[in-house]
Amino acid sequence: MENKVFTEEMKKDGWTIVVPNMSPVHFDIMKRIFINHGFKALLLENSSPSVIQEGLKYVHNDMCYPCLLVIGQMIDAIHRGLVDKDRCALIISQTGGGCRASNYYFLLIKALERAGLGNIPVISANLQGMNTNPGFKITFPMLVQAFTALVYGDLIMLLSNQTRPYEINKGDTDRMIAKWTDILGDCYEKNRGYFWGNMKKKLNQISDDFASIPVKRTPKVKVGVVGEIYMKYSRLGNSNLQGLLEDEDCEVMLPPMMGFVLYCFSNGIKDEEYYGGRGRYAFIMKHFGMPILSIVEKWSDEAVRRHKEFHPAATFKELEEFGERFIDRGCKMGEGWLLTAEMVELIEKGYDNIVCTQPFGCLPNHICGKGMIRPLKEAYPDSNIVPIDYDPSATKVNQENRIKLMLAVAKEKLEIETD
Amino acid sequence: MLKVGIDVGSTTMKTVALREDNTLVYSDYQRHRSQIIEKGREMLNALMENIGDEEVTISLSGSAGMGLAEAADIPFVQEVYATRTAAKTFIPDTDTIIELGGEDAKILFLKHGLEVRMNGTCAGGTGAFIDQMATLLGIGMEDMNALSEKSTEIYTIASRCGVFAKSDIQPLINQGAKTEDIASSILVAVVNQTIAGLAQGRKIEGKVVYLGGPLTFIPRLRYFFDEAIKTKGICPENSLYFVAMGSALSPSGKKMRISEVIKALESYRGKSSFIKLDPLFRNEEEYRVFRERHEKASVPIRDPRTYSGRAYLGIDAGSTTIKTCLLAENGDLLLSRYSPNNGNPVQAIHSFLSSLYEEFPAIQIASSASTGYGEDLMKAAFSLDYSLVETEAHFIGAKHFMSDVDFIIDIGGQDIKCFRIRDGVIDDIFLNEACSSGCGSFLQTFANALGKSAEDFAKLAITAESPVDLGSRCTVFMNSSVKQAQKDGASVNDISAGLAISVVKNALYKVIRTSNPEELGRRIVVQGGTFLNDAVLRAFEKELGLEVVRPQIAGLMGAYGAALYSQIMAKRNDLRESSIITKEELDSLTHNVKNIRCNGCTNHCLLTINSFGSKRKLISGNRCERPVTGKAPASADKFDLYAYKQELLESYRERKGGEKGTLGLPLALGIYELLPFYVTLFQQLGYDTVVSPFSSRELYIHGQASIPSDTVCFPAKLMHGHIQYLVDNKVDRIFIPCSSYNINEDKGNNHFNCPVVAYYGEVIKGNQDLEGIPLTLGYLSLEHPDHLAKRVSELFDVKKREARKAVDKAFEELASYRKKITEKGSEIIKESRAEHRPIIVLAGRPYHTDPEINHGIDRMIVQLGASVITEDSIAPLTDKGSFGVLNQWTYHARMYDAARYVREQKDMNLVQLVSFGCGLDAVTTDEVKDILREKDRIYTQIKIDEITNLGAVKIRMRSLFAALEMEDNDGK
Repeated sequence: MENKVFTEEMKKDGWTIVVPNMSPVHFDIMKRIFINHGFKALLLENSSPSVIQEGLKYVHNDMCYPCLLVIGQMIDAIHRGLVDKDRCALIISQTGGGCRASNYYFLLIKALERAGLGNIPVISANLQGMNTNPGFKITFPMLVQAFTALVYGDLIMLLSNQTRPYEINKGDTDRMIAKWTDILGDCYEKNRGYFWGNMKKKLNQISDDFASIPVKRTPKVKVGVVGEIYMKYSRLGNSNLQGLLEDEDCEVMLPPMMGFVLYCFSNGIKDEEYYGGRGRYAFIMKHFGMPILSIVEKWSDEAVRRHKEFHPAATFKELEEFGERFIDRGCKMGEGWLLTAEMVELIEKGYDNIVCTQPFGCLPNHICGKGMIRPLKEAYPDSNIVPIDYDPSATKVNQENRIKLMLAVAKEKLEIETD
Repeated sequence: MLKVGIDVGSTTMKTVALREDNTLVYSDYQRHRSQIIEKGREMLNALMENIGDEEVTISLSGSAGMGLAEAADIPFVQEVYATRTAAKTFIPDTDTIIELGGEDAKILFLKHGLEVRMNGTCAGGTGAFIDQMATLLGIGMEDMNALSEKSTEIYTIASRCGVFAKSDIQPLINQGAKTEDIASSILVAVVNQTIAGLAQGRKIEGKVVYLGGPLTFIPRLRYFFDEAIKTKGICPENSLYFVAMGSALSPSGKKMRISEVIKALESYRGKSSFIKLDPLFRNEEEYRVFRERHEKASVPIRDPRTYSGRAYLGIDAGSTTIKTCLLAENGDLLLSRYSPNNGNPVQAIHSFLSSLYEEFPAIQIASSASTGYGEDLMKAAFSLDYSLVETEAHFIGAKHFMSDVDFIIDIGGQDIKCFRIRDGVIDDIFLNEACSSGCGSFLQTFANALGKSAEDFAKLAITAESPVDLGSRCTVFMNSSVKQAQKDGASVNDISAGLAISVVKNALYKVIRTSNPEELGRRIVVQGGTFLNDAVLRAFEKELGLEVVRPQIAGLMGAYGAALYSQIMAKRNDLRESSIITKEELDSLTHNVKNIRCNGCTNHCLLTINSFGSKRKLISGNRCERPVTGKAPASADKFDLYAYKQELLESYRERKGGEKGTLGLPLALGIYELLPFYVTLFQQLGYDTVVSPFSSRELYIHGQASIPSDTVCFPAKLMHGHIQYLVDNKVDRIFIPCSSYNINEDKGNNHFNCPVVAYYGEVIKGNQDLEGIPLTLGYLSLEHPDHLAKRVSELFDVKKREARKAVDKAFEELASYRKKITEKGSEIIKESRAEHRPIIVLAGRPYHTDPEINHGIDRMIVQLGASVITEDSIAPLTDKGSFGVLNQWTYHARMYDAARYVREQKDMNLVQLVSFGCGLDAVTTDEVKDILREKDRIYTQIKIDEITNLGAVKIRMRSLFAALEMEDNDGK
């Protein structure tokens, strides 16, 4: 299969790069980075049922649901004319791991061909140098910016989720998110003020800013959301689960994305220990990569701790320990042991009502999600975990019903606790 | 003040009123046929008449109740929560509640931390399922219990989801199994489904309470539950009303007068927020033109009373219906019949033939042929001349209406069959997989649920203004989509049209998997009873954007084709007289069905023997020819590489003793290929290896209670049974290898295992009770022998040098095993070529060698006269290729390579085995197909799961062989 490449001329000509939207908070910031590096970008928001229809039409129906959604969303955007099909390129991530996600790139190309859109270039976003495109190179500054955006995004997501349900003036929290998205965007544009010393300062400022929002903290049901990464964060994927839960008067906790990045990097170390043959990578990661990342993680953690009303997320070290209680850290495809570890984290940190989002056809989740619920329940009898299946035809009624049951039990627990 | 509770279930509505002291003063139970708002009004009126229009506290619950709660503005209580509240009040010492409803199944564990299990989106073993099965058997749900009491034999019926069970039951019906036995088997399937799907390893014990309609009305169902969980559960008084009572007890109930609630419902208007599609017909005129066009595709009909002489009989014994056609010499249609087989196809044809003999003595049957699922049974029962595979029959029929047809799609009651014709030969076949079934009979079931006949229901669709978009996925899910649409205010017309459209989309996008309808070609014949529904036909034409041919006898095309075939064959063979039984023989025809266990080998197949008088009988359920011919299938294995592999693997089960005690290896998933390696490794290290046997149904059921995810693939589920075997054998330690990486064969971009093969051991660790036996999950990879030796020395506490020696020996053994397979493979190829046997490459994963996983498909193919080899025996014969996907899994890379090899070999064909739920195969199937297609080769895929319905597989294989034969004839 010959894939059309994204050339430098296309970049210069201002072709639009279509970006799937995984997490609104993070990707709004990331979008600014894209623009600052000379790309025109369209962050997809289309979410009508035709997205699923297009997905079903052009992707094998047994593929994982996130794949179907992402590809469906892109083709839907093209068919709706949200982007000029003769002047656009699509970008999709490629992790290179053992689950099917590494094949999204190829499946997108196949889907485009079947849809008669084979002339649209597809860009693979990966760090392994697979399937390169001359017009799209991830440069070092871009990488650093993207990484910091992830850290900022995580913090903003965490703090906003712990503020929004309690805000006195509706909309304060979302305005604060917009404010910081702008500030950070400007920093990226000027390419300064967002890293090292400044980063620590900015993280603290963010924390202080969110803490300044007037709130009334009353006991609320606290729900954690885990699962396959796209399903966990994407509103399109989980039918706006967070919105549903907040409407039910819950506080929602989404474990940060940073955990996933650290998880991916650390897997090479475990690979070397178990299987051998990856000495160099493991050495670099162990002695340089992970320590540097841990420093940044620490700043973020400290920023949260400046205000006692905020609960920090678990550090990666903690997560490793949490995970190991139930599952081997060699289990590294998809979300792998991290998914289990995050459930433990949530329970340990008081978010013991958990929605485990399981997309149709996600193989690792059979093991790390559904497969670990029983041992978790044994260890934490009071935990209230509900696995929710997401697939193209799952009706909201069914999903909501199960979530409502989880909430009924959660509310009962809350009443007993607060009595 | 009275406390009122309403429970809106998926099929029924209940209302109750409780006094302050919680005594029940009023209860009502009715089917709501999805008319929830109307029914709600009606039942509340009845309630008001009974207790008066007082102020009461009222709450509402039930899986379909959210809409009503919203409409009447009364508080909603989640139904499981309501059940629990009721149980706590009325039976406080309850430990476990098993509740089956119309469409849901639940288990509630009340003790040691509340735990609730509800059926997921992919489970159907519920009331609606039993209903559906009863319809299939042509009996009422109330007969189910009485029949079950008389049963003597339980058949295995897939319990994973309703559609699967259906495809298991159908062949049983067609083979003439006793209704009594099927009734019991259905109930047992429900029990298995509930326990396997919901209990997921948690033991059901203590005081068990049975609730809900099916468990209340069918005592036998309770009996089978009691049997399965080895305790005696109770079915309390008012077991139908627990949800309603629980919602009445809810403290959040709202104080209201009943008349106020009714008023709110009266003024409620649906929000009409469902997704609307274009109407099927814009106006009357459009419909008229459409009808006229289709009326042209007809067959001349002749009054049989005016005809004498030779006639040709075709019988299509389909899954739920039986069709017959009788043609005159010149092709005129003399007689036809389309009737449900009511579970007894022999009876249906018996009555057809006797009326034929009786009423039209001048007609002489010159030749006869049968086709369809029950073709063998029909042929044996009535001594017909010929039988042919149904795909051929449909093709012959379709050609009559359009000689240059290039695509045929047949949607019947239970199945969808599509075939592409290229150069006059069936070139590609699509059958619905077990999961996308539900076609005509689905529309029927729905029509019934809404209180309409199928015809009336279809008519409603014609005038629908804005059909509901119900999606195109598995129809089992459709129930809830429809409910949602109704909640949103869709009319029955819109739903009927929506369902018709969804049947079409399901066929196009799910079964044929086309994204571009032009791929189908321009010359299309549609047939099957479902296309007699004008709405379905119209939806199909609209979706494709072209006009198709629907013969007026669309529902009879199989029988019509069979009749034509019998005529062609009679001519070709110069047949003087048909062998069909005479009037006298027919009158004295007896039909007996007997079930026995074959004791010919260790498979112990359950045989169904249909005997017709003393001369003719039909044996089914057999996996080999032994019960039929009385001879052992001696020559078969010679052409079956799967059998050879099994033989080789079996030899590693030999116990050799060892000073370090016993070590158990489950023969499942990754171990299948690496058994020679690990057995040698551990024997070298001084362990006495105990290997679990090949899987069997019993082994599976033995372990199924601890499966946490009901949508994981069958090979993974089997792991639990293997582990249970090792636990029962009290081994000292169990070993399951875990590894992200497989052997690096340098054929792809990477060499991963699939996530399930890689880490399934973790699921065992977390979910199965090993009775204290230590479990070692070995995170090991065979890529780096030196590192492996180091890991082995750490894990098993041996010196590194000793470990290295054992590892080397193990590698040697593995290499010799693999060599034997490739050698045997080339031997089979050579011998088959000498005998001109077609060669089938049955491509799967190493664990598809397991007879319970492949259901004996290898042997069936050999029985059909071909040879079977494996993908791994020929994959090494190709160099490294480049592919349209990321080629990163070792097992799957072999399939790509096998496909590349096969497409260059004229006498080889590839059949891909796909495990249901295997996510990776969503990637590989399309790629393997593309590889074969590039060289114009036929691609055949067989989806396998727990189901043992070899019938459908056989049709597919026979069609493949028929296509090959025709290709061959053309070549000559």
